[in-house]
Amino acid sequence: MRAAEVVRRPTPWLIAAAVLAFALLPLQGNDVGLREDLLLAAVYIILATNLNLMIGYAGYVNFGNIVFFGLGGYVCVWLVNAHAWPLFAAALLAGAVVSVLALCFGFGILRLRGAYFALATIGVNEGVKAFVANFSPWGGSTGIYLSITAYQPLGGPASALWTIYFLLVAVMALSLALSYAVKNSKFGLGLRAIGQNEDAALVLGVPTRRYKAMAYSASAFLPAMAGALFFFKSAFIQPDDAYDLVLSTEAIVAVMLGGQGTIVGPLLGAFLYEELRGTLLTTKAFSNFQLVIAGLLLLVIVQFVPGGLMGWVHRRWPRTKRILE
Amino acid sequence: MAANETDSRVTALLELHEIGKRFGGVEAVAGLTFTVGEGEIVGLIGPNGAGKSTAFDLINGVRLPDRGRVVFRGEDITGMMPCDVVRRGLARTHQIVQPLATMSVLENCMVGACFGREDLSLQAGETVAREVADLVGLRDRLAEPASQLTIAGKKRLELARALCARPSLLLLDEVLAGLNPTEVQRMIEVVRTLRDCGISILMIEHLMQAIMGLSDRIVVLSSGRKLAEGPRAVVAANPAVIEAYLGDASLAGVAHRRA
Repeated sequence: MRAAEVVRRPTPWLIAAAVLAFALLPLQGNDVGLREDLLLAAVYIILATNLNLMIGYAGYVNFGNIVFFGLGGYVCVWLVNAHAWPLFAAALLAGAVVSVLALCFGFGILRLRGAYFALATIGVNEGVKAFVANFSPWGGSTGIYLSITAYQPLGGPASALWTIYFLLVAVMALSLALSYAVKNSKFGLGLRAIGQNEDAALVLGVPTRRYKAMAYSASAFLPAMAGALFFFKSAFIQPDDAYDLVLSTEAIVAVMLGGQGTIVGPLLGAFLYEELRGTLLTTKAFSNFQLVIAGLLLLVIVQFVPGGLMGWVHRRWPRTKRILE
Repeated sequence: MAANETDSRVTALLELHEIGKRFGGVEAVAGLTFTVGEGEIVGLIGPNGAGKSTAFDLINGVRLPDRGRVVFRGEDITGMMPCDVVRRGLARTHQIVQPLATMSVLENCMVGACFGREDLSLQAGETVAREVADLVGLRDRLAEPASQLTIAGKKRLELARALCARPSLLLLDEVLAGLNPTEVQRMIEVVRTLRDCGISILMIEHLMQAIMGLSDRIVVLSSGRKLAEGPRAVVAANPAVIEAYLGDASLAGVAHRRA
């Protein structure tokens, strides 16, 4: 009976298997190289999975999604550096603060649709970047540097890196769980209706303005926590790294590659994209070429397989549509 | 007169008081006043561009009226968001079908049920959605994406989604347009069933035979103004109405005699 349940609804089990693999694989033989590789993959998966709430469910392309990541990083690093907060509390507060800010921004810019919304999200990112670059408590354009003592509460740098890694894997697990919960909820039904035809959704009774703002805010929380952990690990943060539109675009490529609107898609897309990116970066002939490939990839997907990998699988084997979410 | 009898017997469910909407230099709806009573089917007719669909938009909050008031069940709903209007039990269909294209027929109906008057959970919404799909004849299509329905199927879906909201008043915007005679007949039967279920209906329709057969009362619109109102026989004989539709009334009379 248990086995039948797994076959009927494999998505949660696939998610669990992926998370377990992330948690356990680097532990084998204390593989630090693999850990660093998977850490970056986890960051991409978190960004893509949360971005998918907006792009895939609500149909709003958030080009400046990286602003959540960067702001989360800033709030956390600042709290740790200037106020000696413990990492965990600082990361949690970073998530909460950025989520509330996103709710406020959301009510403002979500009146816009299509290309205008996409442009406005870039505006939000650039605006926040410009503000932070001139905000002296956060170090202006030079940013904030953490001293090595910041890692003492976590048992020194070496053990701190493991703790950060596992926390990131936990944030990744929460992102996937959130995506699953939203997709299978009334909220998700409303968001998908908005994504299909916002005017019709409104007439059918979906509180579109509130739902969009809620989705925008929800999609900010976990990326902000990921940014907090990531920049704590880097030990420094500055505006150009924190609000990097390249990473924003890469998250979109990951979502589109895996399949927007699905749960497994962004997970798959982000993992594959990160691996591809890693390979290109370490191959001499391609090292300066990696973004060109990403751009081409996006063009090809949008033009020929708008549903991404999952969309292709669903079209090829229609039966999978109901089981593989 | 029959009209007055009807008016006094039923209590007003929907009241429009002098509503108006201007688009640039054109007054699409110019001070429109009429009511829909409990249990009534009211037909809203008029030539193309008379302001019928705009009137619907003003009623359910898709557009904000420049003037006037919309009162539903005694509550002023003027300028309320469409999602709040449907919560109160006033649902509508669109003249140009608006399917949630890649979502299944069942999911389309569930959106209507879950965000309608009863604000249902997903499970309860699914039950209602299946019931309503049975009623309008979409039972065998539940798993299909809405985009794959025929035009008649999409019209049914429009109606089904609106019904899923469990409305007390339904605004139907040309649900018969584009259907073949058999489909028209079936749709008319569905509308009759709805009235028997106690749902009041305000409908826009160009198929004169159908609307004359269905409506208790007709409101005729021309250039955003109410031209006539009353039971169908009275309205059909009104010279102003004939002129609006056919041009000169005396000529219309000639044409009629010849036919």
